[in-house]
Amino acid sequence: MKFILFLLPVAMALTASGQQVLINAAGATFPYPMYSKWFDEYHKKFPKLQFNYQSIGSGGGIKQVTEGTVDFGASDGPMTDKQIADFRAKHGGSGVLHFPTVLGADVPVYNLPGVAQQLNFTPEALAGIFLGKITKWNDAELVKANPGVSLPAKDIIVVHRSDGSGTTYVWVDYLSKVSKEWETKVGRGTSVNWPVGLGGKGNEGVSGQVKQTPNSLGYIELVYAVQNKMAYGKVKNAAGTFVAPGLAGVTAAAASVKDMPADFRVSITNAPGKDSYPIASFTWLLIPEKITDPTKKKAIKEFLAWMLVEGQKMSAVLGYAPLPATMIANEQKAIAKIL
Amino acid sequence: MAATSTPLAGSGPSRSARSFIERLRSGDQVAHAITLAAAASILLLTGLLVYELFIHSSETRAKFGWSFLFTQTWDPVADEYGALPFIYGTLVSSALALLIGIPLGVGAAIFLAELAPPKISDALTFLIELLAAVPSVIYGLLGIFVLVPLLRIVEPAIRSVLGWTPLFQGPFYGVSLFSAGVVLSVMIVPFIISISREVIRAVPADQREAALALGATRWEATWDVVIPYAKSGILGSIFLALARSLGETMAVTMVIGNDPKIKASLFAPGYSIAAVIANEFTEATGDIYTSALIELGLVLFGLTIVINALARALVATGNRGGNA
Repeated sequence: MKFILFLLPVAMALTASGQQVLINAAGATFPYPMYSKWFDEYHKKFPKLQFNYQSIGSGGGIKQVTEGTVDFGASDGPMTDKQIADFRAKHGGSGVLHFPTVLGADVPVYNLPGVAQQLNFTPEALAGIFLGKITKWNDAELVKANPGVSLPAKDIIVVHRSDGSGTTYVWVDYLSKVSKEWETKVGRGTSVNWPVGLGGKGNEGVSGQVKQTPNSLGYIELVYAVQNKMAYGKVKNAAGTFVAPGLAGVTAAAASVKDMPADFRVSITNAPGKDSYPIASFTWLLIPEKITDPTKKKAIKEFLAWMLVEGQKMSAVLGYAPLPATMIANEQKAIAKIL
Repeated sequence: MAATSTPLAGSGPSRSARSFIERLRSGDQVAHAITLAAAASILLLTGLLVYELFIHSSETRAKFGWSFLFTQTWDPVADEYGALPFIYGTLVSSALALLIGIPLGVGAAIFLAELAPPKISDALTFLIELLAAVPSVIYGLLGIFVLVPLLRIVEPAIRSVLGWTPLFQGPFYGVSLFSAGVVLSVMIVPFIISISREVIRAVPADQREAALALGATRWEATWDVVIPYAKSGILGSIFLALARSLGETMAVTMVIGNDPKIKASLFAPGYSIAAVIANEFTEATGDIYTSALIELGLVLFGLTIVINALARALVATGNRGGNA
């Protein structure tokens, strides 16, 4: 009898582990801290369910979800039409759904000795600097936007990301929208052929480079700039106001999108609205339309519903801008598309 | 003994079986098989590596052909790829590393093996072997936070002495081919010292004594007798160091500036093959893009083989000249 009593918990543990569900996912590095927090909290709530998320980069996320080696992917940039067509070809015609999770933003950071004020940047100035056409800090374009600031006659040292990154995609997507010349000469991508500048690896590489190089200017992820107390500038948005980067401005940019496409593949850089911060972006989960394993399907759908309500409450603490309410309602409806 | 319980032992072992067991017992066959397998696995691994790199780079090889090696554009948006700036950066940074690393490494090895009191030699050697085990990302961080600011201080001095050459012109941003070469030299010196010290110590004492007996000074005995004797070992350590610097990734990408352009000045930023692969592979989405990065891997492999072959040929001719 005692022996059976002793065996009981062992047997229970065994059956419990028999029902364990492991969901594999891979992709973007930028939202990784958020995702790992969500997956951890969700696992605490439903101990039988475990997520295994590998932050291998957006490109890897798209590749792996297309190959079917993970249950879902994650990316900082939406999949292109061609990538979706590839996905359909490999999955018997069924497609892939994009679910925005949180928002991120890029900020221009600089190191300008002797200037204490927060600098203003116009789209023309940023495009000009990164095209290599504006080379001095006291260029007329910068002076005009910063009345009362004495800008030095020093060369601007441009710093950009050297690794392929969603942060770069958002930055050059913005530059492409505000400058025709950028769009035709350089274009959009997670890595581009930079006309000027030094490359730093990761947010830490760029910020380290900027911190150490006087008269330099670079771009990094908002969360990173705030945590590292970097000097960053305001950016003039489409409505003509200079907006300081921050969670409110980012959420405002997302809310200002008028006709949201049904698949949520939308760029919110240079968004309209006077409160919108113009260099912001969604980051997406890439969920296959058809999930064959019923337990996994149920688990993923329930997780998405939880992420849109409970999950959103955790984002601001970690420095990510939460989704606007309209967006959440739309996504909640979209969960039903998973078959 | 276990052997007695086998049926063979019971009925009296046949001649061939006995000889097989004997050969097994003496170990020759086993050792032969095991070492052969080990050696074959290296060949297999190398072959597989080249095969994989070759197969997966087929798209860019078909699209760009040999021009991949000689063009300078690297544009993932337009899908145009050329490897020349990366090849240049890899070669220049490694050459610079050897230029600084060889005199430093061999000099230190001679001191530690020949001149230093044994206690100091052992303690220093321990420290050096510790250095060899430091992960390269640490060297990269040291590069960014310590070496680059330091180079900013010494840069005007270098410029005032060597500024007339095209190698030290243009603005210095801190990160550059020069910084990469210096960081690499710091990383490879432990290899050169550690191995060279061992081979110098392995030179038979007779050699030194004979030289001293003939009236050579301590330094003459070291330089004219011991070093030539240990030459091939020292060169081996330099090859190993070269291989490490050609393939170094993290430390280089953190200080080289990551700008795929070819400039004559060492103060200008550059890029290396290993660095661009590490930087861009994870986010490379297009097929041609991935293929271009894999072909870069193949190029690096080829480059390493060519350089090693050249170096060996150089040594071979040097040896022949010395013997004649």
